[in-house]
Amino acid sequence: MNELREVCDICVVGAGHAGCEAALACARLGFETVIFTVSVDSIALMPCNPNVGGTSKGHLVREIDALGGEMGKNIDKTFIQSKMLNRSKGPAVHSLRAQADKAEYSRAMRKVLENQEHLTIKQAEVCELLVEEQKKKAETSNRTRKITGVKTFTGTVYECKAVILCTGTYLKARCLCGEAITYTGPNGLQAANHLTDSLLDLGIEMRRFKTGTPARMDRRSLDFDKMEEQFGDERVIPFSFSTDPETVQIDQISCYLTYTNEKTHDIIRANLDRSPIYAGVIEGTGPRYCPSIEDKVVKFSDKDRHQVFIEPEGLHTNEMYVSGMSSSLPEDVQLAMYRTVPGLEHCKIVRNAYAIEYDCIDPKQLDPTLEFKDIEGLFSGGQFNGSSGYEEAAAQGLIAGINASLFLQGREQIVLDRSQAYIGVLIDDLVTKDNFEPYRMMTSRAEYRLLLRQDNADLRLRHIGYEVGLVSEETYQAVLQKKEAIEKEIYRLKNTIVGASENIQDFLKTHGSAPLKTGASMAELICRPELSYEVLSEIDPERKSLSADVKEQVEIEVKYEGYIDRQLKQVEHYKKMEKRKIPADLDYNDVGSLRLEARQKLIAYRPVSVGQASRISGVSPADISVLLVYLESHKDKKA
Amino acid sequence: MKTDTIAAIATAVSDAGIGIIRVSGEEAVFIVHKIYQNKEKRNVLAQYAANTIHYGFIVTENGDILDEVMVSVMKAPYSYTMEDTVEINCHGGALMMKKILSAVLHAGARMAEPGEFTKRAFLNGRIDLSKAEAVMDIIHAKNEFALKTSVNQLKGSVSEKIKTLRDQILYEIAFIESALDDPEHISLEGYEQKLSDQVFRITEELEKLLLTADDGRILKEGIRTVIVGKPNVGKSSLLNLLMGQDRAIVTDIAGTTRDTLEETIRFGDITLNITDTAGIRDTEDTVEKIGVEKAKKTIKEADLILYVIDSSEALDENDEAILKLIEGKKTIILLNKSDLQEVTDKKAIEGFYASVFDHNSQFIEEKDISLLRISAKEKKGLEALKNLIEEDFLHGKIVSEDELYITNIRHKEAIADALESMHQVKKSLDAHMPEDFYSIDLMSAYASLGRILGVEVGEDLVNKIFAEFCMGK
Repeated sequence: MNELREVCDICVVGAGHAGCEAALACARLGFETVIFTVSVDSIALMPCNPNVGGTSKGHLVREIDALGGEMGKNIDKTFIQSKMLNRSKGPAVHSLRAQADKAEYSRAMRKVLENQEHLTIKQAEVCELLVEEQKKKAETSNRTRKITGVKTFTGTVYECKAVILCTGTYLKARCLCGEAITYTGPNGLQAANHLTDSLLDLGIEMRRFKTGTPARMDRRSLDFDKMEEQFGDERVIPFSFSTDPETVQIDQISCYLTYTNEKTHDIIRANLDRSPIYAGVIEGTGPRYCPSIEDKVVKFSDKDRHQVFIEPEGLHTNEMYVSGMSSSLPEDVQLAMYRTVPGLEHCKIVRNAYAIEYDCIDPKQLDPTLEFKDIEGLFSGGQFNGSSGYEEAAAQGLIAGINASLFLQGREQIVLDRSQAYIGVLIDDLVTKDNFEPYRMMTSRAEYRLLLRQDNADLRLRHIGYEVGLVSEETYQAVLQKKEAIEKEIYRLKNTIVGASENIQDFLKTHGSAPLKTGASMAELICRPELSYEVLSEIDPERKSLSADVKEQVEIEVKYEGYIDRQLKQVEHYKKMEKRKIPADLDYNDVGSLRLEARQKLIAYRPVSVGQASRISGVSPADISVLLVYLESHKDKKA
Repeated sequence: MKTDTIAAIATAVSDAGIGIIRVSGEEAVFIVHKIYQNKEKRNVLAQYAANTIHYGFIVTENGDILDEVMVSVMKAPYSYTMEDTVEINCHGGALMMKKILSAVLHAGARMAEPGEFTKRAFLNGRIDLSKAEAVMDIIHAKNEFALKTSVNQLKGSVSEKIKTLRDQILYEIAFIESALDDPEHISLEGYEQKLSDQVFRITEELEKLLLTADDGRILKEGIRTVIVGKPNVGKSSLLNLLMGQDRAIVTDIAGTTRDTLEETIRFGDITLNITDTAGIRDTEDTVEKIGVEKAKKTIKEADLILYVIDSSEALDENDEAILKLIEGKKTIILLNKSDLQEVTDKKAIEGFYASVFDHNSQFIEEKDISLLRISAKEKKGLEALKNLIEEDFLHGKIVSEDELYITNIRHKEAIADALESMHQVKKSLDAHMPEDFYSIDLMSAYASLGRILGVEVGEDLVNKIFAEFCMGK
């Protein structure tokens, strides 16, 4: 039999949310890219919840968009309900979340992929990575091997210079529903059972994670009168900075809220011995953020009820997602348990809840660029890296795609740091910290979150997308103009002084604000909790009309200036340590005076900067001092 | 590199002679300028030429004179650290040096990390590259020591208090954060008032702690010493002997000491906090079992172990258990009952040790273990024990008074930082800021208090959120 050989630049393995962003980025930057999937019908599949965004995840989508990714645009085209969460709280934690029409989301993304120049979709299972020894070791890395291609199950070889692994939950996947176990990926799709062995052969360390999903029910069998209806926002804000806000003011579909009760919990408790997790059948570690209903009942036994959101899966289906009740209990227990919930008494289950186990890697094997430390040209993203969530996956996929392309262009790869983006926090956490469960983004993980708002993602990241080549000149210029308008207006507000005139005092009085003793700047007045930029327009005759997004930035930057400045100071300190790079070939055994634990951790993680080293658990500030002295004393030898 | 300004006491903290407080960094001159006045009561330090020395006074914010001093002003690169440096030569006296250092810190400097002057000197090129190894060793050793001292010297009640406050702060942050991350499951309705009460209470507690820090009361005194040994080898007799009175119940029925006893005794120049433990042996008796468990805990926290062996009897599996318990601890083995026929001697112990740890070297020389023969009954060997402890603990092996003072200032600085953060929370509450602003400063307070206990923040918050609150879809 003749072996079929194809040649391309970049191979992307997997067409989920990470794979799609990765492939699009590569193709858009001009590289011949092949994206592999076990089923073309499952491109950009949402096998779990029908949402995009949510707290901190909404930030990720905005950042993906600012960098030139697709997720934000795609959900704007296909959402059926949208909400800005945390509106009553500070601007840093406002988060967009949309209900997606799952089928439409998938179809729309597939259309984008199918029409993307330089991109080829191929339905095939990649079984083997082809790697060879480097003839000449790169000077700046330890990568003694490099990627040369992939091989599919049917034996075809695709020669390429870079591979991006985005295998999601498909590697050696196993689904559990009570005692019933199937060896499939999500939704009964074919698992990928061969690639793991190839990765192990290459010396890549694998681990096993687990996640779960609740049942889908037939809408006609549910009684919505017994539930609380949940509406979308009156005025919808789009995810993408490029979407015209007027195009997203659509008729929205409702969700419904109901609750579990003691009866539900009794059934669960009585059947715990039949749960694969509690019976010890499941070996993988699940995410604490998405606990199964079994977990909630056991761990929070004092709670007499848990919320259950019933969410439509799309406009053209009767399937409803039962959010809050994922489970791996057997079918009969599931049905009994669901039927105790008000409104679900007569429910018909279309798809059972199940848990899924899959192979993934310990991401400490990656550099913050998402390239493997040991193999040149091998990148990865998404659940394969030990994360959870569509948005987390898409963010990594985009960065992996960008960096694979920059690598082929011979340009310096990008690393977003913790002060620039949630994406930076996400990737830094993955490659630096000990992760024992699927990683989910949370706002509390971002230490500089006042700076990393969803409203300013374009101001933070457009220029990077532009330099990479994914953001157009026109878009970039628009952001520059926006920035200038904001700065100008803030300057004006700080330098516009109002006196304690009768007119002003009356104004303040009507707004419940203390009268002025001396003159004050407009900016100082905005800082008063009871006043705002909008309210002050009455006493600010020189104000020019500005766009809503400029006004929003001006208000936030002025009102929270004190807090923002404090975080900026912290960032300054943080950046200094990030800039101190550590040579990839540094031999930690040569650094005297490091404590043993620190030495072992540093060898295992091989951090790229002193800053990253300082975040590894078990590395103390004293170890960092020692390391700095060592680096200093060896600086000249390197030069 | 860090360019912030650091300060520390550069000489031994003693009550005699001159003491030096060194301030180094970009703002060194500016900072000391704020608290230094010349004879005419004018703040003139900033006008002084480089490399000059001047007579004057350190004054408080209210203008009260703290001390009469000589200050040397050195400009970069002509100083030890090659940064702008001011050295304040004061009249010594531990209290005065502390006060001046506090004034410098208050004026804007940061307490230097252990070994930081040396580190800066090196990084700025003062110290030869060939000495890098030595510099790293100094930083390493000083930090290890400071960390150990910091936690060890904290009074038990104080460290408990700080732990409790930290836990309470973390709980509040976790609650806020869980509500921010999962607003549909967790509501912050009415929370402001509750937090306000908590902040008020925690602030009060921190203020109290800060007062005790001022007079050094947050530090424990003495060396935590634990007496261990099998039942009836003479532990209580030894304690009584050290105490000079019959404190513990002494009988010859094995297992009489049912609980741990703690006594403070002055031993030459050193204070020992001695705990006598129930004899360690395999036991079925519950009361005694509790005593043994407690003993294990005490051993873990001890600075010094006095391991009493009955030299007239052979070692057995109970001694094996003890050896394992005290492994790695600074230990003095006391061969008691030297008045009787000696069955167990140094050689026997070494052989026994080797069999326990599968180790054949001469452990007594290698490990932090000394050996001494005594007779509690005939009151022999006590003087030698005294000398041994004094030698070990006064000649650098244990905390000296300097370290105590420095530890105290460090603790104080950390508590003051935490307090400042709590004030900031209060300000945010008063201004009715959104809840996410509260957690920023609560987190700083949490981190500051952690410095006292020598712990990093790490994944505490995320773990707490998941442990306390039911999250997620």
